[in-house]
Amino acid sequence: MSTAVDLSLTVNGERVTRRIEARRHLIDFLRLDLGFMGTHAGCEHGMCGACTVRVDGKIVRGCLVLAASLEGAQVETIEGVSDSGEIRDLQDAFIARNACQCGYCTPGMLLTAADLLSFNPRPSRAEIREHLSGNYCRCTGYHAIVDAVAATAAKRSGGAGR
Amino acid sequence: MKAPPFAYVRAASLPEAFRLWAEAGPEARLLAGGQSLLASLAFRLSEPSTLIDISRLAELKGVARDGDAVRVGALTTHAELGASELVRQHVPLLAKAVPLIAHPAIRNRGTIGGSLAFADPAAELPACCVALGATIVARTAAGERRIPAAQFFTGLYATALARHELIAAIEFPNAKPGERAVILELARRSGDYAMAGIVAKADVSRGTLDKASLVFFGVGETPVVAKGAMAAVEGKPAGAEALNGAQVALEADLDPPADQHGSPEMKRHLARVLLARALRHLALQPEARAA
Repeated sequence: MSTAVDLSLTVNGERVTRRIEARRHLIDFLRLDLGFMGTHAGCEHGMCGACTVRVDGKIVRGCLVLAASLEGAQVETIEGVSDSGEIRDLQDAFIARNACQCGYCTPGMLLTAADLLSFNPRPSRAEIREHLSGNYCRCTGYHAIVDAVAATAAKRSGGAGR
Repeated sequence: MKAPPFAYVRAASLPEAFRLWAEAGPEARLLAGGQSLLASLAFRLSEPSTLIDISRLAELKGVARDGDAVRVGALTTHAELGASELVRQHVPLLAKAVPLIAHPAIRNRGTIGGSLAFADPAAELPACCVALGATIVARTAAGERRIPAAQFFTGLYATALARHELIAAIEFPNAKPGERAVILELARRSGDYAMAGIVAKADVSRGTLDKASLVFFGVGETPVVAKGAMAAVEGKPAGAEALNGAQVALEADLDPPADQHGSPEMKRHLARVLLARALRHLALQPEARAA
């Protein structure tokens, strides 16, 4: 059994093949091997959420996923969902509400918020806070982040925020 | 915060997993959802020689009805558990527990089998299994055995699993008509491990607490069955008399160690608060639907 693993998967719609160390987590694979620097390494042990990405359509912690385990998977990062325009309105709302501040937590916040809005189009502020509870903002700009998510939800459903 | 080097191999079937496990030597470990294991590797609390990835084994997946029980495959993720209609209908306590387990991104990968095998004393699912009288279905290359949840958690991060034995599934008895169950916890941040938590269950069909089960988590080395408190509420209405007696009995039931959250006395206080809230829930909550 080997400490090197041959890996083939799809990242942001493109087929990628690499030989990697088994111990490499998904963040380092994305950043160091593929150059997708939008996925941020914060705590690297599952507490902070800065490394949130999508695997097969579901949000995960990049630090708690071994790249080696993702043979055949579809990975989407903040770069992918930015290029596709999927969360353009959410990103605009983050900018308008000054919800980015230092920007370190922002990619994880955006992907987690997009996940919430995908199954709950009109979340309450409490539901937004609950869904984002695993994502730390060390600038403590939570209020603006909740505002931005609530504003996006309201705009998408064509009404005022609640 | 980088994991130490290790080898990685993915099992394509359960027999292959057992063969790889036996060949890989004593320092090999299984990888399921990895949501506890990868964090412990990052801290180098664990330095396995090989990780055997069992996360794709179809034999260990799925939620199904099995007579008077619901059988949950060990690789069922917390998110799948919470979304299962069978679980919601027949083991509603589990559906209530899921939102308390970590955060959405972790619930998408963390598995019930992994949580039980890791046996964190502050985790929700071990306490649920004990309170609900679940059965752990354990497998080795040689065969299967069934372990009552009450006998499964043997110490801090320790279980009754033998060498080269894994959890294949967990069987939960269907909730009975008239039964109510609740899970409550206190955590500094929603989704963090609990400072203290309780799973409470009773048959309330006669207006009293019958066949009551009170299991605490985060206050000992394993889920703690509060036998004294259970005896104190048994057969009584969920009111002040039952609560007072149970809170007094709880003193002898619990022996919480100090941890990063606080002193033993603080944990005792939180346990009394949770007990009061849980009995109030049992008095108010709608009954479980008929199985």
